[in-house]
Amino acid sequence: MVGRVIGRRQILAGAGMAALAAPGITRAQGEAIRIGEINSYTAQPAFLQPYRNAWLLAQEQVNAAGGINGRRIETVFRDDAGRPEDAVRLAGELVNAEKVALLAGGFLSNVGLALGDFANQNKKLFVASEPLTDALVWGKGNRYTFRLRASTYMQSAMLVEEAAKLPVKRWATVAPNYEYGQSAVRWFKELLSRAKPDVQFVAEQFPALGRIDAGATVQALAAANPEAIFNVTFGADLTNFVRQGSTRGLFERRRVVSLLTGEPEYLDPLGDEAPEGWIVTGYPWEQIDTPVHTAFREAYRRRWNDYPRLGSVVGFDTVMAIAALLKKSPTLETEALVDAMTGLQFQSVLGPVQFRAIDHQSTMGAFVGRTVLKNGKGAMAEWRYADGKDYLPSDDVVRTLRPQT
Amino acid sequence: MENLVLQALSGLASASSLFLVASGLTVIFGVSRVVNFAHGSFYMLGAYLAYTLVTQLPRGHLGFWGGVVGAALLVGLIGLAVEVLLLRRIYRAPELFQLLATFGVVLIVQELTQMVWGAQDLLGPRAPGLRGSTEILGLRFPLYELFLIGVGPVVLGLLLLLFHRTRWGTLVRAATQDREMVGALGVNQRMLFTSIFFLGSLLAGLGGALQLPRESVNLHMDLSIITEAFVVVVVGGLGSLTGAALAALLIGEMHAFGILIAPKITLVLVFLVMALVLVVRPHGLLGKPEAAARGGQGSAEPMIGPAPGPLRWLALTALGLAVVVPPFLGDYALSVLTELATAVLFAASLHLIMGPGGMASFGHAAYFGLGAYGAALAAQWLGAPMLVGLALAPLAAGVFGLVFGYFCVRLSGVYAAMLTLAFAQIAWSVAFQWVEVTGGDNGILGVWPDAWAAPKLVFYYLALALCLGATLLLRRVVHAPFGYALRAQRDSALRAEAIGINAFRIRWLGFALAAAAAGIAGGLFAYGKGSVFPTFMGIPRSVDALLMVLLGGVQTLSGPIIGALAFTGLQEQLVRLTDLWRLILGAVIVALVLFFPQGLAGAARARWEARHGDA
Amino acid sequence: MATLEVAGLEKSFGGVRAVQGVSFAVSPGEMLALIGPNGAGKSTCFNMLNGQLKPDAGAVRLLGCDITGLAPRQVWRLGVGRTFQITATFGSMTVLENVQMALLSHHRRLGELWRPVARMDAAPARALLERLGMADQAARPCGILAYGDLKRVELAIALANEPKLLLMDEPTAGMAPQERISLMALTAGIARESGIAVLFTEHDMDVVFGHADRILVLDRGRLIAEGAPAAVRADPRVREVYLGSGAVTGAH
Repeated sequence: MVGRVIGRRQILAGAGMAALAAPGITRAQGEAIRIGEINSYTAQPAFLQPYRNAWLLAQEQVNAAGGINGRRIETVFRDDAGRPEDAVRLAGELVNAEKVALLAGGFLSNVGLALGDFANQNKKLFVASEPLTDALVWGKGNRYTFRLRASTYMQSAMLVEEAAKLPVKRWATVAPNYEYGQSAVRWFKELLSRAKPDVQFVAEQFPALGRIDAGATVQALAAANPEAIFNVTFGADLTNFVRQGSTRGLFERRRVVSLLTGEPEYLDPLGDEAPEGWIVTGYPWEQIDTPVHTAFREAYRRRWNDYPRLGSVVGFDTVMAIAALLKKSPTLETEALVDAMTGLQFQSVLGPVQFRAIDHQSTMGAFVGRTVLKNGKGAMAEWRYADGKDYLPSDDVVRTLRPQT
Repeated sequence: MENLVLQALSGLASASSLFLVASGLTVIFGVSRVVNFAHGSFYMLGAYLAYTLVTQLPRGHLGFWGGVVGAALLVGLIGLAVEVLLLRRIYRAPELFQLLATFGVVLIVQELTQMVWGAQDLLGPRAPGLRGSTEILGLRFPLYELFLIGVGPVVLGLLLLLFHRTRWGTLVRAATQDREMVGALGVNQRMLFTSIFFLGSLLAGLGGALQLPRESVNLHMDLSIITEAFVVVVVGGLGSLTGAALAALLIGEMHAFGILIAPKITLVLVFLVMALVLVVRPHGLLGKPEAAARGGQGSAEPMIGPAPGPLRWLALTALGLAVVVPPFLGDYALSVLTELATAVLFAASLHLIMGPGGMASFGHAAYFGLGAYGAALAAQWLGAPMLVGLALAPLAAGVFGLVFGYFCVRLSGVYAAMLTLAFAQIAWSVAFQWVEVTGGDNGILGVWPDAWAAPKLVFYYLALALCLGATLLLRRVVHAPFGYALRAQRDSALRAEAIGINAFRIRWLGFALAAAAAGIAGGLFAYGKGSVFPTFMGIPRSVDALLMVLLGGVQTLSGPIIGALAFTGLQEQLVRLTDLWRLILGAVIVALVLFFPQGLAGAARARWEARHGDA
Repeated sequence: MATLEVAGLEKSFGGVRAVQGVSFAVSPGEMLALIGPNGAGKSTCFNMLNGQLKPDAGAVRLLGCDITGLAPRQVWRLGVGRTFQITATFGSMTVLENVQMALLSHHRRLGELWRPVARMDAAPARALLERLGMADQAARPCGILAYGDLKRVELAIALANEPKLLLMDEPTAGMAPQERISLMALTAGIARESGIAVLFTEHDMDVVFGHADRILVLDRGRLIAEGAPAAVRADPRVREVYLGSGAVTGAH
């Protein structure tokens, strides 16, 4: 597989004999700095292939530019297959056997939380790239865990800002039945009710993730006759929901506010059936022409002959953040890395980003806009970049949300 | 009112889709008794192939419907190939062994599908002429859903005609009722089995292909349909087409109306329905009791004797290594060994009910998970020290084993296995949904060992002592009167009853004992990982346990131990070596199944006996 | 007192009256044969005696104790041994272990989780096998035993709980003629020696008339004759049932 570190020890007969053969801890100057990356590659390939592609691109760029003080960086990738317990085991392997300097990755929230807890217990830095759950930096936040991507709270808050401007009162929600969906709905309700006390929530649907019974769900929502719908479904659930919804006229004369739907991962599979006029968070990759982003887009296209997805941005920026960290930190000792990570600023593809000292959440934002059909495919229009730092609660509130030690 | 009518129609459309898949599964099971995990993979392949054909063929009716039918036929041929190349060779293997082979096929198909079609979801074109909607009671309803509502009954009608009006159909029905008899009458069973696989797979492919205008084609289709299809088949009664149709209708409508009342119910509804139906009707809605396959014939289970000399030496050597070597190993190796120890106990506990008990369980992870949650909840809510948590683990699992087992052990065969699955899913969904207590899918974090056991080496020795101790205890139980009583009721229910053995009570206690043992494994696993998640009781973990037992060999006591070591070790190595681990694991499983149809330990035993004469 | 007393036993299956008003008794040490043509209701009758079937009406009394409707395992606990028409043994166990199981169950030790079976009740089990001439087969698995030997194993199992009554359904079916005689002679000897009442069904008339003290003849669910072998042999109704070219005897 591309990018797998070649030259690692070959197959060892006995399971678990690995550590016996592990190289010594002392490392010569100039030896590569190893990053351990764990993700649900076989469980969530649609999002994670572009992610890893961009990760490798970023790594190549960092190394081509001379690496970190002359040392290359290299990544050992591991597939947790979507199981947090496997992620924990692999984290142990990366730390103990592969001697990685830090851990990164995570797509599913529970995997992210398991890795965060592992990091805390084993005093190793964990840079969570993707998991959206608020608990990662708030309820279960710890000294060793940092998160790059805009959280469920932040993205919900971005959409609430738009939703509050709509002249509607009766809302319905539909979200996958797991923590991400439940939190998104909870924040959306809470923040919207605060911004507009006269809103009503008339129906909610929580289909099982990946198993939506779209026809029945659409019918149930229509029966409540809401004026607007807040959608959190994504992937295959979203596709099925949109198909049934448009055929049954659910979206006609109704406003739809939808999390993540503007991301090419989820918008592109809809093809010419992409809904129009939805207010979404997403990533209008073809329209962002800042120099940094243009350079990224072109480099990605040259390297992989494909266009970047949002996962690509996350993968690329995780490496860039780690590179900035390694440059800033005087040593590879975890405590030094954690100190350097706290308040770290780096140039993301989307703009300058900082890992906040108060809760280890980065200020990476998201794009908010409306969906349109362009040349037979979905796209975002009237979009703007919502900087993450503007969509986080006040420091006082954050301090109540995060355990203070 | 209008809304309710439309909700009912939506339910009918889902029921119809579900029936197509389930019908194929039920005819295959009815004749061959193969629990075909790969049926969902065939469904997924049907959708992918239809996508390719429909988008490649010229647009219009011919292109679309030709593509759908073509995809179904292709999937039929794939099913036929799987039967001829793989399953045909292992019909004589112990019960449920074919499940292992079909699971290998699932893994291979997953990887190959991703290689061929890529990871991104694909959205196929809509059906020509059925793109739009129609007005029903003033509300819009998609034409294609109406069409689907019609397809189910038509397919049911055609199948019933096929089974009742053709000679082939008569043979199939006869074989469904009494396989041995049909064989004795000189019917070519091979042809019958092969053709039924073709038909069943074709139906799965058709079901998948017809989803094209409805849903996106994606890599999760296989596993998302397979459990539901099994539920329909079991609720309907194994082998009963009309039963499957009724069950699909029941579940489709329960779903459509269930979400109006309790929107979060979708996670568990089908399993609640199944549990209820099976408790009231042990053979499903329209199923008949299976003809007692185990009789006094020569197909007796092998004996269980003391371990032969070399095996003892091997075991002692392995044990010696497991005790002496770890201090020289790194932390990661220790955590893998700890995990292996829990896997061994987990598999051994399942083996107690599958081997000596003669009952299959598709939901054994429930007790592993209940043990883990028992320990974790005690740690989180009561601040219990680790040893208390570890003591609570088997208690929690054992108590639930008693409760769930009370219902499960009354049933037999696949019905019992599916009821265990239903309870496991109910337990899973409670862990998943009861966020305030269990943390939902985000799990319970910070379940780390007490300070004295925090060093990986100490924890490893603790895990080794407990797992090995419990495994040896289970082994001891098998050699003790209770274990003999378990085997007695498995070998001959008639004789067991005639010498005063209360088979129900023995099975029940055996089930609870196995549950408690799995709970120990779960509790240790929780402390080893530091966290507990609903995935601990998920279907994949139950399947893992099943695979370990079958891979090792259900008929030997060392089978689960060897199976657990082989399966866990293999997976651990493969995952680190290659991204194609699913493909390789699947291929290895298929190869092992072909070469060692009695499992690894079973094969070793057969060679041993061949060399040393009959015991 | 009679060991077994049966009064007015009735059983129908969906309108077919399989057993109608059957009454009889067996005394200690007595060998009582239950015969009749195929479909006469022998097996149904038999299965009601040890609880495998519940009678629609009538009573079964063991040593004066009503056992009607009890489960087979309860009936067994009260001292009724049983062998089956098609042998039922534990195929994954040795001959000795099969007998041990019956003994362990009799001594209510099946709940034990710790001590290996190998050392429990082995001596009495071996003695039972010895008595039935099966000692040299003790270590062989039941799954590979010859049919005639299985019948003996069943008998050993049936004797394990020191029964007062032995129910034997076709005890010699599938055996060679010489074996039949010796098995039945053995059974009769044990029965007399230990005062066990034996009720058996049998197709082989040589066995029946050679070993039974008394014979019951069943036809179409009814008892049509009862008595010593010589009397039954001479009974015209019996001759008609067995020899009467299928002609209907009396209009029901």
